[in-house]
Amino acid sequence: MKLSLSRITFWKATAAVFLLGGLVTTIIRFGWGLGASTNLSDMTPWGLWIGFDVVTGVGLAAGGFTLAGIVHIFHIKRFHPIVRPAILTAFLGYCLVIVGLLFDLGRPWAIWHALIYQNPHSVLFEVAMCVMTYTAVLALEFSPVVLERFRLQKILKVVKAITVPLIILGILLSMLHQSSLGSLYLIVPQKMHPYWYSPMLPVLFFVSAISVGLGMTIVESYLSARAFQKTLETPLLRDLARIMIGVLLVYFMMRGIDLFRRDALGYLLDGSFETFMLYLEVAFMLVIPLLLFNIRDWGRSRQGLFFTAFSVVLGFITNRLNVTMTSLEGYYRDNFGVSYFPGIGELAITISIVTVGFVIFALAVKYLPIFPHHEEETVLRLDSAPARATSASMHPSPASELRRH
Amino acid sequence: MPHAILVDLTECVGCGACRDACQQVHHFPQEECTQLDAHNFTTLRQIETAEGEEVFARQMCQHCQDPACASACLVGALEKTRDGAVTWDTDKCIGCRYCMVACPFDIPKYEWNSNNPKVRKCTMCYQERHLRADATTDSEGYVLDRSGKRVSIDGRLVTGEDRDMIVEMTTNSESKRATACSVACPMGATVFGERSALLAEAHRRLRANPDTYVQKVYGQKEVGGTSVFYLSSMPFEKLGFSTKVGTEGLPDRTWRVLEKLPDVVLTAGVALSAVYWITNRREDVRKYEEELKKQRSQQKS
Repeated sequence: MKLSLSRITFWKATAAVFLLGGLVTTIIRFGWGLGASTNLSDMTPWGLWIGFDVVTGVGLAAGGFTLAGIVHIFHIKRFHPIVRPAILTAFLGYCLVIVGLLFDLGRPWAIWHALIYQNPHSVLFEVAMCVMTYTAVLALEFSPVVLERFRLQKILKVVKAITVPLIILGILLSMLHQSSLGSLYLIVPQKMHPYWYSPMLPVLFFVSAISVGLGMTIVESYLSARAFQKTLETPLLRDLARIMIGVLLVYFMMRGIDLFRRDALGYLLDGSFETFMLYLEVAFMLVIPLLLFNIRDWGRSRQGLFFTAFSVVLGFITNRLNVTMTSLEGYYRDNFGVSYFPGIGELAITISIVTVGFVIFALAVKYLPIFPHHEEETVLRLDSAPARATSASMHPSPASELRRH
Repeated sequence: MPHAILVDLTECVGCGACRDACQQVHHFPQEECTQLDAHNFTTLRQIETAEGEEVFARQMCQHCQDPACASACLVGALEKTRDGAVTWDTDKCIGCRYCMVACPFDIPKYEWNSNNPKVRKCTMCYQERHLRADATTDSEGYVLDRSGKRVSIDGRLVTGEDRDMIVEMTTNSESKRATACSVACPMGATVFGERSALLAEAHRRLRANPDTYVQKVYGQKEVGGTSVFYLSSMPFEKLGFSTKVGTEGLPDRTWRVLEKLPDVVLTAGVALSAVYWITNRREDVRKYEEELKKQRSQQKS
């Protein structure tokens, strides 16, 4: 394996350009304020940074609790090799959500106020508490990877001993805040388009988060495979995709019943911007994945599964941006005669955050035992003799480890 | 005793005295404005009727009885006081702007071009009305409160001179303390007083002049009731008032979900633990049986 990072590839150059744009915007944002760096205004107080970096970001990181639950609570052991990359994505995702939040908050240095001035009636307070606690839980869930790498066996033992309660806590916290991100919008019924305002928002948010968590896991397994020639077996990914499709079918059934019961289906032929965005969402999140998954050869190939999952991810992003931005456009138009579209600065920061996510993920996969085959190689490369002994004890899952004692 | 404001738009001549007084008492730049912003807590919108008449619609915070902004604020920086005013505490604010999103009347505004931005809105002159005329000053001329601490309003220390100006501007003709806008109004279109008394007065006017008024007190039932009432001769939706906000308190909608969460956590927690116990046990049994089979086959051979 080459250790040099200096080789300039197309993607590295692109990442550098994005990060430069992010840096410039960061200076403007913290030097001159939100007005100078965003298209936000008194009429449109929340934009891309909340809509994508926070609300969508938390959803995309849902693979952590989903896979930890499937493997360690439901004991479906064959998915074990996927848990680590999923938890890595989740941990990374939550860290980046917090970074995004620091850009959006007007007074980011006061963020700790949430700890002392608590308002239990605020949905946002609940979200803040859960995101904070869950990030800590994810750090612990991820810690074995680092502890193994540096052979800190004693601490590793302690962490493994509390794995199961930790994972249950993680699932509970995720249930709470994944759904509460939807509850945030329950307070503005009169501002949102009926396609997206629903008393069911918390439930819909939670169920769709599960499906995209699985989707993201498939996507990143595929990308890691391409980048590092290390991967998971295709049948395993196909099983994951099957669960994802199942959850999606449940989601869209609930969504359809909900739209029908609130008489929102009457707008479907009005040709409006909102209707177009809804179609886009359904196409990416339901129609295309269903087609791809069921085309005989495609649905069984690595590429086919990747594009199935990638489409779900795109559809999910569209859905969250629709809830947070599109659904309010009509209100802005009718009441203020304005429209919100993210400014170049907002786009630069969001793209930079995503880029940083990719870079850190790639580095982690390269230097830490994330994917199953990879861990042996890393250890072997370090020093070969004692590594063989330890690498054997690395493979079993924390849960099977538990049972043995 | 909760207070409120009654604005009778049929009396308003659009002189802008309320806006000017508001700017002055809060030390805002004196300027013409048509939109609320971080330094304009009230405005007058000029609307031309179909008959070519001019109507002026005052706009300000409604001071809801159950405010969405206060329920949304995660640090509790916004508060419905017993006095009736919805006030804010900048020191607590982290700048998330959820209050601006949540407000059904789009009232809270933001200092977008500041590096230490504040969310701001009408406070019903809460601090100004409670500033005592006989408050003493220290050697440097700053007003002290009862505990001997310097008084600051909106992050600004109050001098003796400020105190006299504020007290004068917030004392009405009956020598009672009232909002600067109501004291300044030359037509009596904006009145400050006790909430129940003002509501009764509003309905008395509707009954006394049924031909003049639209038979509605805007703000009485909106979002579960507010502390600012409007009377008008024109339908409110034509004046740009939010008429789709409903009569239910908006915080109920989120609370209905939040109050269920402890049960959800408990149920899901027990369920997940049960699933773990069962699957774990199943695995143990399977291993034990395998072991048993192995032993038996060994015995046979």
